[in-house]
Amino acid sequence: MKNGLAFQRHLKVRKIKGNVLSTLFLLATLTGILVLIVLIVDVFKDGLGWLDWQFITSYPSRKPQEAGLLSALFGTLWVMALTALFTFPIGIGTAIYLEEYAPDNRLRRFIQTNINNLAGVPSIVYGLLGLALFVQALALGRSVLAGAMTLTLMSLPVIIIAAQEAIRSVPQSHRLGAFALGATRWQVVRRIVMPTAIPGMLTGTILAMSRAIGEAAPMIAISALVYLTFIPKDPTDRFTVLPIQIYNWVSRPQEEFGHLAAAGIIVLLVVLLTMNAAAIFLRNRYQKRTEE
Amino acid sequence: MTNNLRKWPVALAALLAITVLLGACTPTTPTAAPTPASPTQPQPSTPAPTARPPAALSGTIEIDGSSTVYPITEAVAEEFRKVHPQVRINVGISGTGGGFKRFVVGETQISDASRAISSSEKELATKNNIQWAELPVAYDGLSVLINPKNAWATSMTTAELKKVWAPGSTVKRWNQVRTEWPDKPINLYGPGTDSGTFDYFTEVITGKAKASRPDFTASEDDNVLVQGIAGDPNSLGYFGYAYYAENKDKMKLVAIDAGKGPVLPTVETINNGTYSPLSRPIFIYVNKAALARPEVKEFVRFYMTQGPKLVSEVGYVPMNTTTYDENLTKIR
Repeated sequence: MKNGLAFQRHLKVRKIKGNVLSTLFLLATLTGILVLIVLIVDVFKDGLGWLDWQFITSYPSRKPQEAGLLSALFGTLWVMALTALFTFPIGIGTAIYLEEYAPDNRLRRFIQTNINNLAGVPSIVYGLLGLALFVQALALGRSVLAGAMTLTLMSLPVIIIAAQEAIRSVPQSHRLGAFALGATRWQVVRRIVMPTAIPGMLTGTILAMSRAIGEAAPMIAISALVYLTFIPKDPTDRFTVLPIQIYNWVSRPQEEFGHLAAAGIIVLLVVLLTMNAAAIFLRNRYQKRTEE
Repeated sequence: MTNNLRKWPVALAALLAITVLLGACTPTTPTAAPTPASPTQPQPSTPAPTARPPAALSGTIEIDGSSTVYPITEAVAEEFRKVHPQVRINVGISGTGGGFKRFVVGETQISDASRAISSSEKELATKNNIQWAELPVAYDGLSVLINPKNAWATSMTTAELKKVWAPGSTVKRWNQVRTEWPDKPINLYGPGTDSGTFDYFTEVITGKAKASRPDFTASEDDNVLVQGIAGDPNSLGYFGYAYYAENKDKMKLVAIDAGKGPVLPTVETINNGTYSPLSRPIFIYVNKAALARPEVKEFVRFYMTQGPKLVSEVGYVPMNTTTYDENLTKIR
C-alpha cells in the first residue's frame, strides 16, 4: 500500500515535470516566432506605404520622396546570382570529394577541421580577405565579381558542411549494393548518392544564400558605395547592395529615411523569399522522386 | 525509377540556368528601367541655366569618405546628374579615414572629410605624388542637449562640460556640476567611439581626441541617442546639429559658454563663428591632377556654386559666400 502511494506520488511528479518542460519548450519556440512576427509587422507598418514602383525604379536621392533602390536591388541580384553560380558547384564538389573519394588520412581531417572553423569566422574578416585578395592582389577592382567571390568564400563552408551531412545520410547499403553490381565510383555517386542527397544540399544552399544576401559588413569592405546611378552591366562594374543602402537610410536624421529603410527591408525579404522558393521547389521535386 | 534518378544533372543545370538567366537579365533591364524614372531628368533636353556651351561631359568620378559629408555630396551629385547625365558619380561612405586611405593612393578623385587631412595621410599622399586642394563646404555644429523637462541646465560652460566628460570624471549628479542644480542623477549619452563626432567633441572639450569617460550610453546610430535623451529627464548628451534640427520638439538645446557668454547653436551663430568651439568646418579634398579632367573640374565648380543652397537643404550650415569663391580660385 505504502509503496503504491509512493509510486502514485512519483508518477504525479514525473508527469508535472514532463508538462513543465513541454511548456518551456513551447515558450522557447514561441519566442522566436513572436519576435519574428513583431519584426515583420513593424517593418511592414513603417515601410509598406513607401513601397511603390517609383521606389523600385529610382536611384538614391536626398529627397526621400524621390529616392529609390534600383542600383542596390540590381547590385544584390547580380552578386547573389554569381555567388550561387560559384558556390554550388565548388561546394558540392568539395563535399563529394571529402565524403566519397578522399582517403581517411590526416590531410582529410586537416581540411575538414579547417572547413568547420571557417564556418564560424565573422563576415567582416572575409570582407578584408576579399579586399586584399580579389580587389588588390588579383586586381579585380571593387567590382561585382570581387563582391561575389568574397561572398562565395563566406558561403562555401556552410554549403560544404550541409552537403556532407546530406551525403552521409545516404545508407551505406545502397552504395555497397551498387558496387556489388559492378558500378564504378562515379556511377555510384551520380546515380545512388546524388539523387538522395540533392534535397539536403539545396537546404544548405538556402541557408548559405540567406546569410550572404543580408551581409553589409564584407560588402562595405569591398565597395562602400551608396550613391550609384547605374545598374551593373557586367561583372567588372562597380556595385552596391541592399544592406548598405538600408544601413545608410537608417542612419540619416530625417524620419522619412527610416520609412525608406523599412521599405528596403521589405524588398530584401521579397528577393530572399523568391530565391528560397526556387530552391524549395527544386528540393520538393527531388524529394518526391526519391521517395517513389 | 532509373529514368528519374538519371535526371539529377538536369536539376543542377536548371539551377545554374536560373542563376545565369538572372544574371543575364540584368543588362537588358537598364534600358527599360530608367524610363519610369525619366520625369526626374528631362532637364538635359532643356538648355542648362549655365552660360557655358552644353558640352557633353562623360566619365566617372569616384568619391569616398565621411558619412557626415555624404548627404551634401549626394545632393550635389544628384543635381549634377540632371545637367550632365553622362557623368557617372559614385559616392561611398567608408568614413573620413577610410576615404583618405583611397584618396592618397589616387583611387578616388574626391574625398569627403569631416576633419582636415592628418600628417601621416599627407606623407602618404606626397609619397604617391598626389597633390590636393582642401575645400571647406559647410559647417557641422555639435549640439549639447537635455530633456525638455530639465529647467536648470539651459546653459553650460566648456569647463563644466569638461568636468562632466573628462576621462576619470566622477560627476554622477547634477549638483556636482553646479551646486545650485538639483541633487539628481546625470545620465550621459553620446556617439560611439568610431565616429568623427566623438573625436571632435573630445578634442575640443576634454583637450584630447578620443579622451572621454567611458561610462555613457553610446550609439553609432544618432536616432537612438535622440530617443534616449527625449525619454530621460536627467539626460545630457551631444551629437550633430542636423539630428537636433530634425527632432527639435523632443529635446532642449544647451547654450555653450566659452568665456564670452552662453551661445545657442543657430544657423547664424554657427556661421559667424560665435558658437565656438563646437562648430567645425567639413571638407571635400580634390585630387589636383584629376582637375585636368573636364568632368571633375565642372563637378567641383558645380559643387561650389550650387552647393550652398543644397547644404542647408540637407541640414547643415553653409559657409560664407566668400569661402566658396575662394574654393573656386583654388581649383583654377
